[in-house]
Amino acid sequence: MNAGSLGEFFEMGGYALYVWGSFGATFLLMAVEPILVRRRHQAILQRIRRMIRLETEVKR
Amino acid sequence: MSTRLINWFKFSSPATFYPLAGRIVTWSAVVAVVLLAIGLYMSFFVAPTDYKQGEGYRIIFVHVPASWMSMFIYVVMAAWSGIGLVFNTRLSSMMAQALAPTGALFAFLALWTGAFWGKPMWGTWWVWDARLTSELILLFLYIGFIALQGAIDDPRRADRAGAILALVGVVNIPIIYFSVKWWNTLHQGASVTITKGSSMGQVMLVTMLIMVFAFWAYAIAVSLARVRAIILEREKETTWVRELVGGAR
Repeated sequence: MNAGSLGEFFEMGGYALYVWGSFGATFLLMAVEPILVRRRHQAILQRIRRMIRLETEVKR
Repeated sequence: MSTRLINWFKFSSPATFYPLAGRIVTWSAVVAVVLLAIGLYMSFFVAPTDYKQGEGYRIIFVHVPASWMSMFIYVVMAAWSGIGLVFNTRLSSMMAQALAPTGALFAFLALWTGAFWGKPMWGTWWVWDARLTSELILLFLYIGFIALQGAIDDPRRADRAGAILALVGVVNIPIIYFSVKWWNTLHQGASVTITKGSSMGQVMLVTMLIMVFAFWAYAIAVSLARVRAIILEREKETTWVRELVGGAR
């Protein structure tokens, strides 16, 4: 597109709400999901480490 | 036979698949980011303004990839479920479980971006049209699959119950795909078909395909990352996980 200015670009020819509402939601969810997955991975790793630590302490 | 050189059953073991998945995650994440950057740039600065819908049509660049992925992921999820059911391979069921949230996300985005496209073009956020309704059912199937698996404590039983739901739900996929042909829908027909090619402009089509591949790479990365977490959750008592986590400290 040939937007004359930054403001014109964000206006999206009057479709600002719809275009940014779509791209915004898509971007947001696709940014949040990997973070949640990473947290889940970290959480289980931590849990396993704690289990190993507890077991070695009991053995002593 | 060259295919015999690769022992596919080796990769059905979570212990061998876990590190392999880790490498694939890294590479597909890189591909996803690069393609998304190119795709977004093209979506806004290269693709021309539509003569009918102005700038509003640009929603297509997220709407179509999200919709395709929501259907495609469901088929893959059902296939893994089926393999898990028949061969009793635990990794297949974990794959199905890992795909469900990502599929649900894309189904939601298909509906959401569709609503934001429908409002300016049709004058309504939502209609009970065959295409929209069947896509909504797809979202419910994903949610149902996740909820059903979550409700059963024994993971192997949860796998089987989920697999049956997933396989029954496959019937919805052709309904979504052909809904615009079978019924008079407000939703337009397909712009891109395998048999007739594309009715879109060249640049628009290329931009959309780049976004499709970007979403594809994203889905591979995020679902394999999730399956790695699921593998650890389910195999936490095994020696290989203990050695892996204990050694990596």
